[in-house]
Amino acid sequence: MTTNLLLALALAPLIGSIIAGLFGKKVGKVWSHRAAIIGVATSFALSVWVLKLVAVDGETYNQQIYQWLQAGTLSLEVGFMVDALTAMMMVVVTFVSLMVHIYTIGYMHDDDGYSRFFSYISLFTFSMLILVMANNFMQLFFGWEAVGLVSYLLIGFWYKKPTAIYANLKAFLVNRVGDFGFLLGIAGVLMYAGSLDYVEVFSQAPSMSEKTIAIFEGHDWSVMSLICILLFIGAMGKSAQVPLHVWLPDSMEGPTPISALIHAATMVTAGIFMVTRMSPLFEFSETALSFVLVIGAITALFMGFLGLIQNDIKRVIAYSTLSQLGYMTVALGASAYAAGVFHLMTHAFFKALLFLGAGSVIIAMHHEQDIRKMGGLKKYMPITYWTALIGSLALIGFPGLSGFFSKDSIIEAVHASDIAGSGFAYFAVITGVFITALYSFRLFFLVFHGKERFDTHGEHRPHESPAVVSVPLILLAIPSVVVGYLIGPMVFGDFFGNAIIVHAEHDVLAHVAEEYHGVLGFILHGMTQLPFWLAMSGVATAYYLYMVRPELPAKIQQRFQWLYRVLDNKYGFDDFNQKVFAGGSRRIGQLLWKLGDQKIIDGAIVNGTAKTVGMVSKWVRHVQSGYLYHYAFAMIIGLYVLLTYFVV
Amino acid sequence: MFTDLPLLSLLIWLPVLGGIVVLINGDNNPWARPLSLLISIVTLVLSIGLYVGFDNATHQMQFAEQASWISTFNINYALGIDGFSMPLIILTSFSTVIVVVAGWEVIKDRVSQYMAAFLIMEGLMIAVFASLDAILFYVFFEAMLIPLFLVIGIWGGPNRVYATIKFFLYTLFGSVFLLLALLYLHHVSGSFSILDFHEVSLTLQEQTYLFLAFLIAFAVKVPMWPVHTWLPDAHVEAPTGGSVILAAITLKIGGYGLIRFALPITPDASMALDWLVISLSLIAVVYIGFVALAQSDLKKLIAYSSIAHMGFVTLGLFIVFRIFANTTDISGAVLAVEGAMVQMISHGFIAAAMFLSVGVLYDRMHTREISAYGGVINTMPIFGGFAVFFAMANAGLPGTSGFVGEFMVILAAFQANFWFAFLAATTLILGAAYTLWMVKRVMFGEIANDDVAQLTDLNRREFWMLASLAIIVLAIGLWPAPLTEVMHSSVEHLLSQVSQSKI
Repeated sequence: MTTNLLLALALAPLIGSIIAGLFGKKVGKVWSHRAAIIGVATSFALSVWVLKLVAVDGETYNQQIYQWLQAGTLSLEVGFMVDALTAMMMVVVTFVSLMVHIYTIGYMHDDDGYSRFFSYISLFTFSMLILVMANNFMQLFFGWEAVGLVSYLLIGFWYKKPTAIYANLKAFLVNRVGDFGFLLGIAGVLMYAGSLDYVEVFSQAPSMSEKTIAIFEGHDWSVMSLICILLFIGAMGKSAQVPLHVWLPDSMEGPTPISALIHAATMVTAGIFMVTRMSPLFEFSETALSFVLVIGAITALFMGFLGLIQNDIKRVIAYSTLSQLGYMTVALGASAYAAGVFHLMTHAFFKALLFLGAGSVIIAMHHEQDIRKMGGLKKYMPITYWTALIGSLALIGFPGLSGFFSKDSIIEAVHASDIAGSGFAYFAVITGVFITALYSFRLFFLVFHGKERFDTHGEHRPHESPAVVSVPLILLAIPSVVVGYLIGPMVFGDFFGNAIIVHAEHDVLAHVAEEYHGVLGFILHGMTQLPFWLAMSGVATAYYLYMVRPELPAKIQQRFQWLYRVLDNKYGFDDFNQKVFAGGSRRIGQLLWKLGDQKIIDGAIVNGTAKTVGMVSKWVRHVQSGYLYHYAFAMIIGLYVLLTYFVV
Repeated sequence: MFTDLPLLSLLIWLPVLGGIVVLINGDNNPWARPLSLLISIVTLVLSIGLYVGFDNATHQMQFAEQASWISTFNINYALGIDGFSMPLIILTSFSTVIVVVAGWEVIKDRVSQYMAAFLIMEGLMIAVFASLDAILFYVFFEAMLIPLFLVIGIWGGPNRVYATIKFFLYTLFGSVFLLLALLYLHHVSGSFSILDFHEVSLTLQEQTYLFLAFLIAFAVKVPMWPVHTWLPDAHVEAPTGGSVILAAITLKIGGYGLIRFALPITPDASMALDWLVISLSLIAVVYIGFVALAQSDLKKLIAYSSIAHMGFVTLGLFIVFRIFANTTDISGAVLAVEGAMVQMISHGFIAAAMFLSVGVLYDRMHTREISAYGGVINTMPIFGGFAVFFAMANAGLPGTSGFVGEFMVILAAFQANFWFAFLAATTLILGAAYTLWMVKRVMFGEIANDDVAQLTDLNRREFWMLASLAIIVLAIGLWPAPLTEVMHSSVEHLLSQVSQSKI
């Protein structure tokens, strides 16, 4: 692996982005998307090559590109580190990105911001590559914030829409709350490891784990727990874990292709990737791992419930994303990093597939997103239908599809874990299976089956989307089925090698691996287990409620008004944030300004001084009489006083 | 080639004399603008000669010049620069070019006087950074305010007289203490050389009084809470060029003063009173961050944002004592001081860009009220791109210069005390909140009214003015090493000075 190969890989999308963004008007729409797609396709091809070098030839790479800054003995550098974890992420990111690029040609072809859109998604690909390829915390933070920037730009892509520009500000600020923790965590790493370079920091981990810090006088905290929790707060922002999840559902205000790419498949998994990358640190703190586990479990369970009552097709999938991110986080907390990252990969394919499928439906429905106004689309849109079925089955963990393998290994791992909170986490992920199946197939049945509830707009019948839309769906459906079969090497084998460190006492996957006897055995075993039957009953319940007795949901809603209201208000997070944080900050600002600056500093002190000076000078004016003998007299007196002072 | 010339004198007197020539030629002279631009560009090119000829390996004063000025009192015309002053001089000469370009079409009254004021101010400000004699420093320190008062007082807004007087009283209040301190140091050392002041032994009591005098003088300039209230008023009334110079350079003289005087001359008092400066700095970051959120005037918002950003400068300079107490390695303290310096330089570019952007809007709409705008990006898409970029830089996005200084200071602050870093890092949230909320209200949304609908996008002059700033902001963000390299020796020298007791 050479530096030039990696540079070309990372910079190709950036070049595409610059062409589409700065020269979009000059080169036109077609060359804008060509430049962007060529850039990302190059990146994808090279990523596959890199994966081959890593996985087959056993190569790794870790070198500096240039020195960013030097201070004393500290050197901050820009560099790449490529190992199995990175290579896998690179392939996932560039593949999904390429699919989304192609899809966008169809989805956005009438939009005024066509070139701008391509510029943004290519810039995103570049930023995400920098994030996953970083070999140090400074560059990680750069990529981290750069993807946040692009997310901000893309959620607010339709900048005339009030909801969109509200959502993008909210997304950026909530992410900044996470980054606040993340940056403090990085500062802690620097203080206790003396470096920001991954390899150097990881080698210091054992000695760091013995140190304590007294944040509050008299209370010694483990440095490692503090640092890991701070870093994880960053992950909570980016990967939308409760309570920093509030931005993700609103991010659906952006165009659908980016919901697929950024807000489902890749950027939101940055937190999962980061914690996995930091496994050499997290392994030293069971406190932090428990914290991660519990937060993940809460997210997995409670965000799933919210998916049950949403009627906007994209929001249902968004809540499903939140819940699935919770699953990944649970895996991290249980030290089953490989299972978490494996779920990250399978989820990237099937969730991108579901979102792009939703986009295809939205095109057919003339930008109607309410699933109550759809139905019976199966016969009009066969490709979308079948690919959406594959995506949904993968999501609920149907045996043999990718999601089954990743989700089951997470559930088994949590079952085997015995760190604090694992009992609750196990309950959450098991219950979550039923909920996932219920909301996924509620969506599926309401959209594709049953009566046609849409307005046909006269003669226009819904029809299948063009090839630029449907081909990416097919290309995403393939990995959604097959990548699960990599479970052997990726979860139970040594694919990740030294990229993931697990201490023996936490090694739940080794425990699960003892029961693993090949893919077929795993499938057969899975079909006898509780999660499978929960998933099936979820599908059956959805069928019964929305196809057989469609009047029932309304009755249930009537019966459980209070519960419905809690869910409809999303547990009150938004109201609370809006009133307490947003409103409170503005009020504090007003108070400090009007009272502190204007009344006290300016009113009492500055202008008060001016008034006093005015009064004094009125009095002094009498002294300045203009008569020479007055001045001469004053001088003599002054001289006398001075002389007395010095002589005596 | 550059080392043979008396480069510093050229940098000081070329713009001053050039400004006088422009002034004498009068307002009807069509050459006033091109001549001013030429002078400012030549000055910029010469100042880059400082960077090219600079020796990074030494902390000694370079490009030194010495001549007797008032021999009776041993006052000398002594010039020289080190890693602290050199970047600030280049910032000054660059900002002046931008200001001349910014005033090109906008200033219609008394053009030559306007241009001359900025050229003369440029020379005087460079002289402040280059002076090695205390009296010379003091003279330029006071003199550079005169053109600034004139700029605000003549080309300013409706409430300019109040703003000018407030500004004047504040700074006068500070300078009195500075003069007393300098005279006392002369009394002790028998010299007016600033470098001699660095060597003088002083008791803790002497140091404390001197330190407080320096702090008052320079805190007003920075400005630190609670002596900051002149800045929003001055900015609001100043013309765009005045705001640019005020934000980009004048504030930096405060930070520079603390580096040149307070820390090396009174290190023991600086250490004993570091809690005071650190507290005021953190108040600036948090308190002012909230205040900025409450602003409805574009310029006031950016002015408050400047105060919050300058809080990082004073924080970075004064946490070094606690870092020394906690770690054996010098790196943390270097990070803190260089972070403070980078923050000054970066803020010079970003704040200038922000005020120029407000100027672009003000020239078209003649209002600074945020509520008068909305959906500007619809009619000014290119300007919108710049505005979002500079807003992100102001919010400290990595990849822009705004990130570098804050990042360095926060990393270093953690090594002093967790809570310092905690409070400083709130800027990540507050800075983004006030900046991006402003962008949302001004730039995004449907076209708010007919005035916004009539807006025309940037002309070529405005485009290159903002583009050149954007390129620099991006360049420093992506590769700050060339900027920090020139500071290493001087920073390490300063740190050795502050870690040796003078008692």
